[in-house]
Amino acid sequence: MNFLRYVLLAFIVIGSTLGDVYVAKGMKQIGEISVHRLRDLILAPLHPYVALGIALLALFYFSYLASLSWADLSYIMPSTTFGYVLTALLAHFMLGEKVPLTRWIGIILISLGVGLITGGHSLTVVPTPEGVSPHLEMKPEARS
Amino acid sequence: MNHHSLLATWLMILVLVGLNSAGDMSTATAMRRVGDFSEIRRRTGVWGVVRGVLTEPWFFIGLTAMTLSFFTMLAALSIIDLSIVIPASASMSFLLNLIGAKFILKEHVTKRRWISGILVLGGIVLLRT
Repeated sequence: MNFLRYVLLAFIVIGSTLGDVYVAKGMKQIGEISVHRLRDLILAPLHPYVALGIALLALFYFSYLASLSWADLSYIMPSTTFGYVLTALLAHFMLGEKVPLTRWIGIILISLGVGLITGGHSLTVVPTPEGVSPHLEMKPEARS
Repeated sequence: MNHHSLLATWLMILVLVGLNSAGDMSTATAMRRVGDFSEIRRRTGVWGVVRGVLTEPWFFIGLTAMTLSFFTMLAALSIIDLSIVIPASASMSFLLNLIGAKFILKEHVTKRRWISGILVLGGIVLLRT
């Protein structure tokens, strides 16, 4: 696992988290979308906060693509979940939503789970014409 | 929130979860078929990576599912709090993805990954409360 790969994982977390927060902030300003106001849904990406959110989600998406090119989905998934910890924190500090004790415990559990998986193997299978086969180097250190 | 919008909310979250997992699994399949970006870049440059991604049909299936799930999320966010929508859809997508990674993508979900998955899932459920 080289430095660039940690940077990509960080982009995944930051991009998806801040992206969600800004999209939510924008949608709160736009107001409730009903079937009679579908036009508002189509035009929503033009709202400044929603647009900023989409730009951040694009950063997330490209980092996600790159990460999935060298790691399993079941490896990347828990790592990306760390973003929900940040989402809860940002919802508390930026949007003023309340964070009760159970949610703080949840934050700790997710952090433990993420810490556990990032110490393990990142890729376990490789593609073959017939489907997939086990990865030859089942060791934690990826090639640089 | 009235009864009608509560039903609409959960329906939206279910659609969101389905599209989300379909998007994740298609994208993961696509990127595995394309191969390690840094290796491709060493051999054929950045354009080799771009060409590899843009000629992969699973990438477009994944992108379509993710785009649809994004607009579903926008609609959901306009009627419910971020701190409910994200964890609720996340916990369900997470479980669906973990099962899909094992049985559809045939990844070796090791003991370490299951334990980590259970911790994370427990955490997401607690985040909902």
